[in-house]
Amino acid sequence: MSTTNTLLQTKQDVLVEVLLRLADDRLIHGHRLSEWTGHGPELEEDLALANVALDMIGHASSLYGYAAELEGKKDEDHYAYFRDDRDFKNIALMELPRGDFAFTIARQFLFSTFSYFLYQKLIETVEDEQLNGMLQKHLKEIKYHLRHSREWVLRLGDGTEESHHRMQDAFDEIWMYTGEMFEVDEIFQEAIKHNLYVDVSQFEDDWKDLVNSTLEEATLSVPDYDQYMFTGSRHGHHTEHLGPLLAQMQFLRRSYPDAEWK
Amino acid sequence: MTNKSESGNTEWPLWEVFYQPKDGKPFEHAGNVHAPDAEMALQNARDTYARRNEGISIWVVPSDQITASTPEDQGPFFDPANDKPYRHPQFYSVPRAVKKRK
Repeated sequence: MSTTNTLLQTKQDVLVEVLLRLADDRLIHGHRLSEWTGHGPELEEDLALANVALDMIGHASSLYGYAAELEGKKDEDHYAYFRDDRDFKNIALMELPRGDFAFTIARQFLFSTFSYFLYQKLIETVEDEQLNGMLQKHLKEIKYHLRHSREWVLRLGDGTEESHHRMQDAFDEIWMYTGEMFEVDEIFQEAIKHNLYVDVSQFEDDWKDLVNSTLEEATLSVPDYDQYMFTGSRHGHHTEHLGPLLAQMQFLRRSYPDAEWK
Repeated sequence: MTNKSESGNTEWPLWEVFYQPKDGKPFEHAGNVHAPDAEMALQNARDTYARRNEGISIWVVPSDQITASTPEDQGPFFDPANDKPYRHPQFYSVPRAVKKRK
């Protein structure tokens, strides 16, 4: 990928790229979670999912805001509303349709466990004070998302026959999208050199331990880590699900670019 | 996971939520939530009642574990205080010297 290397000449370019990757994961995830609003299985769970969605969108908003500052854009809306699917750098895991409640919980759990380890390592490593401050703030909320989704995996997996099957199906279906979390491409390698990202393989075993122990406690079988893994999203090669999501998310802002909340 | 009682009620049990606004302050009743068990009740209580910095600690108690006074108890429980103003601290005037120190 010589083209990306020539594009990212400065440390600031690399920082912007890291910010957008982190933010895109969280914005798309937040949007998918927000689709549950009014459709949660229980009133209390409806509120919980909306809360996590707001947390995710909030994390994305502050990361985009910092990127906008560095790139001289007006505000974070530029990244959320005025980029096309090829420009989005989120992993495919985040854009998959919300599915049933078990699928949403499986995604939340796998991503929250990953974020939990990633953010701890990033906080130890990242020297950029502004980014580090954001990460520390976000980690508190990630711990709660992890607790919430883990408790649900245990209850659904070790619940009724139907909830067990749905939870197992969800993990089986989603598994091939977990590989992208641990990919390290040229851009992340560059970021690691600048202490703006970490070698995620350092905590891959910790992540697997936590996932395995939770699934086992939930009487679920752990899918095969060595199966085919989806790849390409970080470079804009998304599944067919991202386009329709963006169409819905961006429509209003693009149709009425000067609209304001009154 | 859902508690199916004999009456065919498939709703999760009800929990009363109490929160402590500050260290050392008494817990206050916030409302209630449905939840399948205590841990989920705690999480639901947090999401429903403690998202905006309302408190520092939460209690959840199964609603059916609370023993409450009945409307009929109102007379014997609360009336006796009405005609005995000396039971209230406001009945006693505070000496000037004490007032000044405040």
